[in-house]
Amino acid sequence: MTTSDRTATLRDAIGLGVAVGLYGVAFGAAAVGAGLDAWQALAMSALMFTGASQFALVGVVGAGGGALAAVGSALLLGTRNTVYGVRLAPVLALRGGLRRAGAAHLVIDETTAMAVAAPDPQLGRLAFWVTGATIYLGWNATTLVGALGAGALGETAQAALDSVVPAAFLALLWPRLTRGAAEAAVQRRVALGGAVIALALTPFVPAGVQVVLAVVAVGLAGRPRTREARA
Amino acid sequence: MSTGTLWTVVLAGALGCYLLKLAGLSVPAAWVQHPTVTRVVEFVPAALLAALVAVQAATSDGALVVDGRLVGLAVAALALALRAPFIVVLVLAGAAGALVHVVTG
Repeated sequence: MTTSDRTATLRDAIGLGVAVGLYGVAFGAAAVGAGLDAWQALAMSALMFTGASQFALVGVVGAGGGALAAVGSALLLGTRNTVYGVRLAPVLALRGGLRRAGAAHLVIDETTAMAVAAPDPQLGRLAFWVTGATIYLGWNATTLVGALGAGALGETAQAALDSVVPAAFLALLWPRLTRGAAEAAVQRRVALGGAVIALALTPFVPAGVQVVLAVVAVGLAGRPRTREARA
Repeated sequence: MSTGTLWTVVLAGALGCYLLKLAGLSVPAAWVQHPTVTRVVEFVPAALLAALVAVQAATSDGALVVDGRLVGLAVAALALALRAPFIVVLVLAGAAGALVHVVTG
């Protein structure tokens, strides 16, 4: 790899880390808004380190959900990291259990995207580690900022934060629904199904459970393929 | 939820999410490349995130509620459609929610 390739990879990785770091402010504030303390918010960013799962967990806790629903929703969103790991394993070519254990912690949407998009495996490995380390530092630092800042909010600021949290989920969801995403039409149908099921169940099940049950909307994804197979 | 329960939820969730990551780097690729498995994994996030959007924007204490959060969500959707950066989307949504709160008191 040339110096300019390395420089480009480093620039992209650090740029992405700074941008993703902004999500951390929203997460820290949302976590404290949901009733976690700053240490718990920070522990989640340090130990869980997978944004959508963290938002899901505090979203369920904030809605008054139980422990199983909170952990369950985080794990369901975490399953895609398993698939990312399978794609990353040949690129990273990890030797030894310790390196694999360390690399595993950094397997998230952004590091996978950067590593897979790199022109060769050597740059892929550089992209993975630098992106992962940058996001990890930024994400944890901004989580703390968001968590400490949220405590100082007044009533109007709290109303603002209440509106920021669903907007953050929508921003996480949005790229899956727009053109360019794989099977965007099916994704939109699944998303609509998930939202309708969650709202319909809200009055009847304990808080948080409706979010986990909304995955039955994934059944909507199976239909068109079956029809094509029969045709 | 008590502080102890919250810590349990936080740590159990973190451990589970880590093991899911580690499993991907460790298992033979063939195990998770079954079409049904990859298809479900592809679509679960859309269902869950949409459910979270709906619950966070339109429910409160187990009831459907219409308030400034829906206005904020509509503003966020518009901003996302116009390809606004993430932070701009959040600021606009928050400002809309705060404005509704000030207006409706």
